[in-house]
Amino acid sequence: MKQKTQVGDIDRSLYDFRYEEDEADFLEGGLTPEIVREISREKNDPAWMLQFRLKALEIFQRKPMTEWGASVEGLDIDRIVTYIRPKSRMNTDWDNVPKDVRETFERLGIPQAERESLAGVGAQYDSELVYHNVRKEAEDAGVVYTDLESAMHDERYAEMIRSHFMKLVPPTDHKFAALHGAVWSGGSFVYVPEGVRLEIPLQSYFRLNARGAGQFEHTLIILERNSYLHFIEGCSAPKYYEAGLHAGCVELYVGEGAHLRYSTVENWSKNMYNLNTKRALVQKNGRIEWVSGSFGSHVSYLYPMSILNGEKASAEFTGITFAGEGQDLDTGAKIVHNAPDTYSCINTKSISKSGGKSTFRSAVTVNENAAGSKSTVSCESLMLDSISRSDTVPVIDVKTDKCDVGHEAKIGRISDEAIFYLTSRGLSEEDARAMIVRGFAENVSKELPLEYAVEMNNLIGLEMQGSIG
Amino acid sequence: MSQLLEIRGLRVSAEDKELLHGIELTVGEGETHVLMGPNGAGKSTLGSTVMGSPEYSITGGSIIFDGADITEESADKRARRGIFLSFQDPVEIPGITLSEFMRNAVEQREGKRVKLFEHKKKLAEAMSLLGMDPSYADRELNVGFSGGEKKKAEILQLLMLRPRLAILDETDSGLDVDAVKTVSKGISEFKKSVGGSLIIITHNAAILGELHADKTHILADGRIAREGSGELAYEVLENGFEKYLCEV
Repeated sequence: MKQKTQVGDIDRSLYDFRYEEDEADFLEGGLTPEIVREISREKNDPAWMLQFRLKALEIFQRKPMTEWGASVEGLDIDRIVTYIRPKSRMNTDWDNVPKDVRETFERLGIPQAERESLAGVGAQYDSELVYHNVRKEAEDAGVVYTDLESAMHDERYAEMIRSHFMKLVPPTDHKFAALHGAVWSGGSFVYVPEGVRLEIPLQSYFRLNARGAGQFEHTLIILERNSYLHFIEGCSAPKYYEAGLHAGCVELYVGEGAHLRYSTVENWSKNMYNLNTKRALVQKNGRIEWVSGSFGSHVSYLYPMSILNGEKASAEFTGITFAGEGQDLDTGAKIVHNAPDTYSCINTKSISKSGGKSTFRSAVTVNENAAGSKSTVSCESLMLDSISRSDTVPVIDVKTDKCDVGHEAKIGRISDEAIFYLTSRGLSEEDARAMIVRGFAENVSKELPLEYAVEMNNLIGLEMQGSIG
Repeated sequence: MSQLLEIRGLRVSAEDKELLHGIELTVGEGETHVLMGPNGAGKSTLGSTVMGSPEYSITGGSIIFDGADITEESADKRARRGIFLSFQDPVEIPGITLSEFMRNAVEQREGKRVKLFEHKKKLAEAMSLLGMDPSYADRELNVGFSGGEKKKAEILQLLMLRPRLAILDETDSGLDVDAVKTVSKGISEFKKSVGGSLIIITHNAAILGELHADKTHILADGRIAREGSGELAYEVLENGFEKYLCEV
């Protein structure tokens, strides 16, 4: 009498509510220089930014569609609405945020998290930020946390933005980077001055409410020497039948001896194409730590890249991907060792169930000038049934023999022996499966911000009473 | 009367091959039985089937535990009734500590929450009895345990779960003399403090230690070839199986 049970799907009721949008706020779908000019006008861009956008659009139109990974066939970019006029200006007080928008973020728990555990919060609804605020202590220490649009018009930061914006991820990088360059809107600008260590995190939350739309936020973070920041990024969208697109871009500049922890929990609905680009440039003795949870979207391409550009710079990437029915999640990490004695470590887990597909890709490059560097890559996959898929595609490119590079990959299924062993101790088959999955994800899920780690445990369907203590 | 386990005409197959051809076996409350037989006789198959392994399918007969027909029941339900199997080769479960797992299992067995402090205390006592290093409590379940430590961890579970019937499947195999003594001590402690019934599958008299065996069953080719008193186990160990199987 074999019983079959399944690990539950993520409870989407938390994300699947939505509010009616006012179509009059939508810019026409499609991509033409006119649309780009209109976005630029709406946003009151400086002149250089308009030129940048138009150049990026040209590049976008020349670049071929990606064909090497998960299929993006269901995505018709000409129909995606690239910009939605905001209903209100950005606020620093939740009370001034329009009611339905405020309710959205309340249901997602953002204002509560802000009160309890964050030093600052940014909240983006569709194309623009609706809320941005930072605690006074952080502000007094010189920390800047605002949207790029206002920062571009602030003479203290205008030049800084111009010299860093899309320099790490140029529009020529790939088709969706070019698209981002042309229509980007919203996101965050963070500046942490030399020696400032912000012990409580900042969090930006990106919510795409509109149907058939795209979100193209840009996050630019600059950490000066010996500073510290923990930045959390969360994203979600309600479910629609039309394809939605997320093509954000994250650029992180980690100065000498600085330390940045960048946590992302991505929970897009299953009609979303998540084609996101993230990159960090790390100077001498600097350190970037990526923590990444990918649970949502229909198709994802996500490979945060760390360029270790100074001696003893280090990068750690910890990621977990959970692909359920109808999901094709292509995730991983890239590291470039470009200075002596640099260190990198990639540790990922992926779970696939109900026909979901998860692919792990890593690319580690050790340049000639990176003698004494060390890199370890470890990826483990667990398939919960026989219709799910898991792939591993590691690439290692080493140009010096004075380095130490290791790679380890494991792909497995939940064995019947393990289930029998646990059930013979009184656990139901369902609990036994959940325990195995939870155990599998344990060393990664504990790195996630607490509220998300809790959510992930719920996702695994496990209520292990008495196990916490 | 007070039979705890009754196996009647049990036929068991795996992958369309019949492995047990009509087993009859009864174990009374608090009794200790020894199950012996040549390799491949079906001893582990019988133990696993009583525990409810989905690897085997029951094609005939029945298993009665404490008066209830459990032939069709899943392993977790049998465990909650008080049946326990010590595995020959316990599975490694990464990410869950031995202590965490034990607490969960004890709660399932007892049907109520167990306070962490009490749990830790009991676990430490049982571990000390088995000479296990306390650090094992916080290690991942069976992961990287030596063969000996895995077997000790099984006996630890026996002591913590306090089943009414424990089937020990070659718990002594691959252990050195001292480890066999420790394991044997654990089994005696179970007998003393819980008073549960035992089916000990073994090739080695040493595990019996000071235990008094009530009955011996010799299994060959999927059939009970011979039954006798507890002493029969020692005779077989001395003289080998041949002599006893020929007489059938």
